Amino acid sequence: MKPGEFKGTMVGVPAPLADGPEKVTGRAQYTADLPAKHALVGRILRSTIAHGRILSIDTSAARALSGVAAVVTGEDCGESICVLPNVHDEFGLARGKVRYRGDPVAAVAAVDEATAEAALKLIRVDYEELPAYFDATSATAPGAALIHDDKPNNITREAHFEFGDTVGGLAAADLVLERTFKFAGVNHVFMEPTAALAEYDPLRDTLCLHTTTQAPYYVHLAIARCMGMDTSRVRVVKPFLGGGFGGRGDPFDYDLAACLLARKVGGAVRIVQTREEVFLGHRGRPDTEIKMKLGMTRVGKLTACQCEAVQLSGAYTGYGIVTLLYVGSLLFGIYDIPAIKYDGKRVFVNLPSSGPQRGHGTVDARAAFESLLDEMAAELGLDSFAVRRANLLPTIPYTTMYGQKVMSYGLAECLDKVEKASGWKERKNTMPKGRGLGMGCSHFVTGTTTPVFWTGEPHATVNLKLDFDGTVTILTGAADIGQGSTTMVAQVVGEVLGIDWGRMRIITTDSMLTPKDNGSFSSRVTFMVGNAALDAAQQLKAILVRAAAKRLNCPPEEVESLGEMFRVHGSEKTLSFKDAVAEALVGTGTLTFKGTFTSPVEFCGDKKIKGSAIGASMGFSYAVSVAETSVDEVTGNISVEKIWVAVDCGRALNPLAVEGQVQGAVWMGVGQGLCEEILFRDGRMMHGNLLEYRVPTFLDSPEIEVHIVESIDPNGPFGAKETSESPLGGAVAAVMNSVAQALGVRPRELPMTPDRIFDLIDSTEVA
Amino acid sequence: MLEETVKSILSLKVNGRLRTDLVPDNMLLADYLREMLGLVGVKNGCDGGECGACTVLVDSEPRLSCSTLAHQVAGRHVETIEGMLRGGRMDELQAAFHEKLGTQCGFCTPGMIMAAEALLRRNAQPSRDEIKEALAGNLCRCTGYVKIIESVEAAAQSYVKTGGP
Repeated sequence: MKPGEFKGTMVGVPAPLADGPEKVTGRAQYTADLPAKHALVGRILRSTIAHGRILSIDTSAARALSGVAAVVTGEDCGESICVLPNVHDEFGLARGKVRYRGDPVAAVAAVDEATAEAALKLIRVDYEELPAYFDATSATAPGAALIHDDKPNNITREAHFEFGDTVGGLAAADLVLERTFKFAGVNHVFMEPTAALAEYDPLRDTLCLHTTTQAPYYVHLAIARCMGMDTSRVRVVKPFLGGGFGGRGDPFDYDLAACLLARKVGGAVRIVQTREEVFLGHRGRPDTEIKMKLGMTRVGKLTACQCEAVQLSGAYTGYGIVTLLYVGSLLFGIYDIPAIKYDGKRVFVNLPSSGPQRGHGTVDARAAFESLLDEMAAELGLDSFAVRRANLLPTIPYTTMYGQKVMSYGLAECLDKVEKASGWKERKNTMPKGRGLGMGCSHFVTGTTTPVFWTGEPHATVNLKLDFDGTVTILTGAADIGQGSTTMVAQVVGEVLGIDWGRMRIITTDSMLTPKDNGSFSSRVTFMVGNAALDAAQQLKAILVRAAAKRLNCPPEEVESLGEMFRVHGSEKTLSFKDAVAEALVGTGTLTFKGTFTSPVEFCGDKKIKGSAIGASMGFSYAVSVAETSVDEVTGNISVEKIWVAVDCGRALNPLAVEGQVQGAVWMGVGQGLCEEILFRDGRMMHGNLLEYRVPTFLDSPEIEVHIVESIDPNGPFGAKETSESPLGGAVAAVMNSVAQALGVRPRELPMTPDRIFDLIDSTEVA
Repeated sequence: MLEETVKSILSLKVNGRLRTDLVPDNMLLADYLREMLGLVGVKNGCDGGECGACTVLVDSEPRLSCSTLAHQVAGRHVETIEGMLRGGRMDELQAAFHEKLGTQCGFCTPGMIMAAEALLRRNAQPSRDEIKEALAGNLCRCTGYVKIIESVEAAAQSYVKTGGP
C-alpha cells in the first residue's frame, strides 16, 4: 500500500448490521426468549374503572391459591418511579387511586400463566368511583374532580413564550391565516411486546433485571430507588430489543412488579405482556390540537408565527413535560421567522399516558405548520418550494431566538434534490383528478445537550480494551433498539484504527460490564456516543503509533497507519498490527481506554430562557419529503403511491442504515397520516390489537426513495448528525398536502380515514 | 397447575428431524416450538394472528404458529428460522436480509423470512406485487418494508444462478 492509499473502510460505506447474523438466524434473544426455566410467571391486575379511590385490596384468596408464590400491590411501592425531576406521580402499582381503565393495581407470581391468571381473578379490589374525563374540555371544566390533587384544573403543565413581536409581525403581513388541526394519538407499535425478567439472589441481596428498555440507566436508577436497594446491588441488562421509537424510555410498572415479586419469592419472575397490555401502557404521541397562525408577505416571507397546542397527557406525566416543550422549541431552527409565540398546555385525562414518540413533540406542530404554509403559498400564487426557500436561515452558524445553535444546514440542498427527483416542476400542475403531489419539511435535534437527569458526567462514555490477542473489545452502554447503534460504534472505532470487523468484539448495555449511557432518545447516540468512541479510538491509536515508532526506530510523527499495518513515511519499513500490539503491551499489559464526549456549555440552551434546555442540541438534521397520492372518491381510500425524501444527516456514516432509518420514519408518518389512531369510548380502549389499530401493511405502503445530503457538521463524529427522527413530520405534511391537491380541499384532521375523507368531500359539496 | 392437562403423543418432523413428544392437547404450536423445543426464533408479537411474527412453514406452506394447535401438525414437517441455516451458514434469503438491511430490530425477521421462503419455494421469481401480497400478513415497524422487498428480490436474483431455494 502506498502512502495516502488507505482511505478508511468503515465509515461512509454501506455496512450491514454488526448483529445482523443473529437477527436473520433466530439466534437473537429478546427478553421473552432468555433461558430461565426456573422463572415464575408474573401477571398484572389492572383497574376496571377509569377513575376512583382504592378503598381496599384483598389478596388473601389469591395468595392461598396453590401455585401462587407471591402477590404485590401499591403497598409495596413506596417510591416514585418517575424520571423527570419534580415529577412523582407514579409508583409502579397504583397507590390510593386509579386513574385510567388499565392502571396496574397488583401483580402476582405463579408457577404458570393459567395459575397467575386465576390468581388475578381472586384479588378483590373495592373502589369508590370518581367522575372520569376523556377530553381536555371536560377535564379542565370548573369543578371537575382532580385526577392528581396537586394539579389544579387537571393541567399537567403549561408553556408560554414569545420571542420578537408577533402582533406587529402579523400586522405587517400581506396574508394572515389561522387554522386548527386535530391529530389523533398514535402508538409506537414496536413489534416486540414489553417484557421483564427479574432475578433476585437472596444469598447476596442482588438483583438482575433484563428488560425491554431503550434507557436502561433510567430503569436502573428507578428500580434501585423503588426497591430500596443500593444501585451497586442492581444490574440492568437490555438484551436484543424489538424496537423502541421513544416508547421505552420510562421505567415501567412491569419492571418494578417483576423485581418486587422476584425479591419476595427469592428467585426469578418473568412478565411478558400481551399486545393489549402494550397498548394500555401506551406512552405514544399524544392526542393533540394545534392552532397555528402565520403571517406572510406577498413574496412568501414569514413575518410571524403563533402556535397553540393542547395535548392529552393521559393519567400520568411521564416525559410529557418534555413533549410539550419540544413543540415550542422546534418552531425554531428550520426557518428564519422574526417572531414566534407559543402557548402550550397538557391536560390530565383518565386515559393511558401519552409520551415521547419518534419526532418527539414536533411532528404534529410541524405537520400543521407545513400544511398552513402550503395553503398560504397557494393563496398568494406561490410555489411550495419557493415559499420554503424564501424563509431559509440566512447564515450558518445561526443562533435562534431560543438560544439554539445551528452549525450545519442542508435544507436548501434537500429542497433541490427532492424537487428534481420527484419531477415537481413538470408534474405539480398537471396532476390528473384524484391525484396530488404535496411536500413538507421538518427537522430534529441531534441529541439533547441537557439530559433530564443531570449529573455533571460527560454526555457519553465508551471503553475500549486491547489485549495480547490483538482483539479490540468495545464496551458501550448505548442501547441498540434496532437503529444500529452497535454497528455505528464499531464503524467509528474501526475507521480510526483502520481495522476490520473481525478484530472487534462489541459488548453492549449491561450495567455490570459496560459504561453508563443515558439511553437511546433525542437521537443522541450517533453524535454523542459516536464522538466518545472516536475519542477512545484516537487514544488507542496514539499508543499503537508510539509503539510502532519504537519498533520502527523513527519519530511517531513519521509513522503512517495503513489499515492493519504501520509504515515509516517515505520508506518500505513496515510493522504489522500484531507486532505493534505486542510492543504496546510491553511493561503495561492489557490496555484500556476511556473515551468521553461532553457538549460545550454554549450548546446547552440559554439559562435566561425558561425551558430552553429542551430543544438545545449541538446539531440539527433536516428533511424534505414529496408524496404522490391518489384518493378514491368512491371508497374514501387514500393510497400513497410514492415518497421522495432527502435528508441532511451530516456525514452518512452508514448510508445503508441512513436509508433504512429514513424509510422507517417516513413510513411511520404515512401510517399516522392515513390510518393509525388510538381510540377510546368512555375510557374503554377500542384499539387494543393490531387489527383495530392499523399500521400499514406491505400492500398499503409506498415506495420510498431516499436521497442523502451530507452537510458535514463541524462537531459530529466524522461530521455526522441524526437521521431517524427528522423526516417524520415532513412526511406527514407531504401526505396531507398531496391529499389537499387530490381532493381540492385541505385535510386538517388525522388520520385521514375514509370517514374523514367523506366529511371533507361533503364539506366541499355544501360549499 | 390448576387442573390436570390432557397430553397426547405428538409425532412430527421439525427442521428435518423426526421427533415424538408428550404434548398437552391444548398447546399452541408456537408454545410447543418455543417452550418445549427451545426454538425461540418463533416470536409472539400479538395476541393471536395479527402480526405474522410467529410464521413457520408446515410442509412448505406458511402458517401462524400462534393460531395453530401443535397436534394439528402431527405427521407434518414444521420448519422454523433455526432450520434455515445450510451447513451452519446463512442461506441466500438470510444473507440477503442481512446484507440489504431487511432487518432492523429483528423481531419480525424470523417470521418475515419464513413467509418469504414459502413464497420463493412456490415462485422462485416473484414480481414486486407478488412479494407484497405474500408478505402482507407480516407486520414490520422499522423498515417501511422497502428493504424487505429488496432483500427478497436479491434472494430471488441469486436463485437465478443457483436454481432456486
